[in-house]
Amino acid sequence: MREGADASAAEVERFVREYSAKPLVRLVICGSVDDGKSTLIGRLLHESKALLDDQRAALEADSRALGTRGGDLDFALVTDGLTAEREQGITIDVAYRHFTTAARAFILADAPGHEQYTRNMVTGASTADLAVVLVDARKGVLTQTRRHTYLLSLLGVRRVVLAVNKMDLVAYSREAFQRIETDYREFCAKLDVADVTCVPIAAVHGDNVVARSAAMPWYSGQAMLACLDAAPTGADLRAQPFRLPVQRIIRPNQDFRGVAGMIAGGAVCVGDEVTVMPSARQSRVAAIFVGDRPVGGASAGQSVTLTLADELDVGRGDVLADPGAPPATADQFQATVVWMQDRPLLPGRTYLMKLGTQTAMATVAPLKYKVNVNTLEHVAARQLDLNEIGVCDLELSRPVVFEPYSVSRELGGFILIDRLTNDTVGAGLLHFALRRSQNVRWQRFDVDKRARAALKGQKPCVVWFTGLSGAGKSTIANLVEMRLHALGCHTYVLDGDNVRHGLNKDLGFTEADRVENIRRVAELSRLLVDAGLIVLVAFISPFRAERRMARELVEPGEFFEVFVDAPLQVAEARDPKGLYKKARAGELKNFTGIDSPYERPEQPELHIDTMTAAPVQAAELILERLRTAGVIPPG
Amino acid sequence: MTHTETIATPRSGAPLPSQTHLQRLEAESIHIMREVAAECRRPVMLYSIGKDSSVMLHLARKAFFPGNLPFPLLHVDTTWKFREMIAFRDETARRDGLELIVHTNEAGLRDGINPFDHGSALYTEVMKTQALKQALDAHGFDAAFGGARRDEEKSRAKERVVSVRSQHRWDPKRQRPELWRLYNARTTAGETVRIFPLSNWTELDVWLYIHLERIPVVPLYFAKPRPVVRRAGGWIMVDDDRMRLDAGERFELRKVRFRTLGCYPLSAGIESDAETLPALIREMLTIRTSERQGRLIDHDQPSSMEQKKRDGYF
Repeated sequence: MREGADASAAEVERFVREYSAKPLVRLVICGSVDDGKSTLIGRLLHESKALLDDQRAALEADSRALGTRGGDLDFALVTDGLTAEREQGITIDVAYRHFTTAARAFILADAPGHEQYTRNMVTGASTADLAVVLVDARKGVLTQTRRHTYLLSLLGVRRVVLAVNKMDLVAYSREAFQRIETDYREFCAKLDVADVTCVPIAAVHGDNVVARSAAMPWYSGQAMLACLDAAPTGADLRAQPFRLPVQRIIRPNQDFRGVAGMIAGGAVCVGDEVTVMPSARQSRVAAIFVGDRPVGGASAGQSVTLTLADELDVGRGDVLADPGAPPATADQFQATVVWMQDRPLLPGRTYLMKLGTQTAMATVAPLKYKVNVNTLEHVAARQLDLNEIGVCDLELSRPVVFEPYSVSRELGGFILIDRLTNDTVGAGLLHFALRRSQNVRWQRFDVDKRARAALKGQKPCVVWFTGLSGAGKSTIANLVEMRLHALGCHTYVLDGDNVRHGLNKDLGFTEADRVENIRRVAELSRLLVDAGLIVLVAFISPFRAERRMARELVEPGEFFEVFVDAPLQVAEARDPKGLYKKARAGELKNFTGIDSPYERPEQPELHIDTMTAAPVQAAELILERLRTAGVIPPG
Repeated sequence: MTHTETIATPRSGAPLPSQTHLQRLEAESIHIMREVAAECRRPVMLYSIGKDSSVMLHLARKAFFPGNLPFPLLHVDTTWKFREMIAFRDETARRDGLELIVHTNEAGLRDGINPFDHGSALYTEVMKTQALKQALDAHGFDAAFGGARRDEEKSRAKERVVSVRSQHRWDPKRQRPELWRLYNARTTAGETVRIFPLSNWTELDVWLYIHLERIPVVPLYFAKPRPVVRRAGGWIMVDDDRMRLDAGERFELRKVRFRTLGCYPLSAGIESDAETLPALIREMLTIRTSERQGRLIDHDQPSSMEQKKRDGYF
């Protein structure tokens, strides 16, 4: 009994050692339900014993109730998780599953294949070391196969196993398989896919999935699982120069100041010199901890805490690096952006950008082109819709430490976050810094805003009138300017219609053009404030995001948002320019309030209800507000 | 895990060992916790006393070593947990010097809501789901760490590491895409996030890690003769005199252990001889049922876990 227990304990120890030493490989499977993808995944889980008895029992029950295989096990049902998806018979989101082979532990990202799910494909591929692309042997290399492969190469997944499924339906034909293999390799030659292995399978029956199939004696390669076990998983990050994006500083007491983060590239040893980017100050590594354990060195992929020999100012967002090969910093880039939400990406709009542990504001410059993901053609575009991919320049609010995505996923891959909803709306890959970012420097002049304002004896500011067409913005702005002028103030009015006669005459009324319209006017307002003027801006400016951007261009206290509020039916009844009539007749597209939205201000400095306040009273209210704020002297 | 201690940088040209999959999972979980602690205003760790919570707590202590945890622990106590769980909880908090918040839905307690009279669905809604919402609101927590894993259940396979809840509800269509190691835990008014640092772990990974790192767990996971009754194909333990027997039921002494721990009337044990961790791991390798089968609440209606998540169950 005692001996038996010992032998059993030794056996467990051996298992623990072997199992825990298996490398973790992240795999993405691309294909659609029609290609038999869910069946293949169900089969992989079943054959690698990742499917347990109760799950199998549930599968049997589901197969009888919902299955499409006449009561036989329908492996596709294993992977369809959410009720809505099961009812619709599609998978709408990335699902992650586990299975283990003799050599590796796999985490499999199951990414839906339809065109509208480019977002999910990209998400699944972003963490993958390796990909399986599935095709139907009867159909061969299709548009979607090309799209999947392009997205894989874009995201830097350079090892692909092509699974040619449903070989049973082409009589296990060698010719059919070879034709598909040749087509696919030709296509891959145009892309940056380093390594392709092709396997003929029939997932429904299990042919060539786990073991070589007798039905295809002509196939001399390995079964699919063996291919997955053997495939190289990409470049070794540990061979790169050392990079540690700082997540936080751990400071439990005066004697310990730890720099915590996950090593993104290379390795580091106690005693190594390191450079802190972007400050470029140097120090030496005094100690390294992996968790609570002191170690002599650590490498890419490990979460560590370092202490430095010198007291340097290091914080979240800094990057510790090899002083011999430090990463660059820049604030303007060319990037590829994948758009991930229903509302389009609008050039000119500002988003939050998260890159590694750094966060900055990013403004998207006009798109250079978008990519047709099916043909790989470049197409001119003014905006990006959901699931579209485009190339553009980005301007950041401050310099960030970066590397091209092709060198580092960690320092080259970023997400864009909507500043109002906080949703993740896009993902992107940095390609290179723009030269002008390094060559254009801000020139300082000795006469500044304060000096100019002092000469005029006033406090410059922006009074921003927003509201529907016909609400009375220009009328009220005119009255306010007359009053200010009479008081001896230096003013300027920017009016929506007037600016479109000159500076903005190249812009139309699409959402993208409206964003650019406001961006230019906001920049112009900032220049006029810098010149010492009181600037009155009368623009519909329907979107909160752009009004916020205009506000943030000037200093706190310099921006007064005035909401000129008139109900749509009232503005429409006034219709001083006859525009509502035209819009209702369909002669005018994208008209605010009719077929384009107006986002009401949430916290304007002043809310003017034009139903109760006449324009003269409104102007008085605004002057009163400017007096309170000290812009003009007390009355 | 000592072999990583002698590695050198490429600058000195020495070879480097690869990370094993448990080391990679550990590093990822620590990274997630540090991100959330850096970016969220007021995080909390939901501590359910089970093995996953034990692992999550162990990882958090590593993540912020040698500092203290930068967040408190929260236990939602339904008053129906196994007594051994409560003893283990209090001992853990005392030994590690943790800030532990215990919350019970007092209104539910007053109304006498219990798993016998009200059914598992209503009982779980009141004593777990509502109680959790109360505690999060009362303390103003904007982020809550949980020990859920993607391998537990079908609807969890698609769960994000950072999962957004509006008014505490989970909307599968509003979840944010997660790319690379970039997590977006930003919230607007009325939103909170749940954080699952163990998303990519499996049940086996959890047990092996407990074994390798010698992490303490509640003794209920190990087999011992316990007073039980047979119910719905599992063994329900009679943990105190509130347990009610149906007609024809009788208790008996059986050697059982529990694969998941929760409220004792709703957690079914299995017959087992695994008294030690190696024996337990050995049993796991031969066992052929998934751990959630021991949770009676998953089976009370079709797609029940997804529905519970929508309602705000963890």
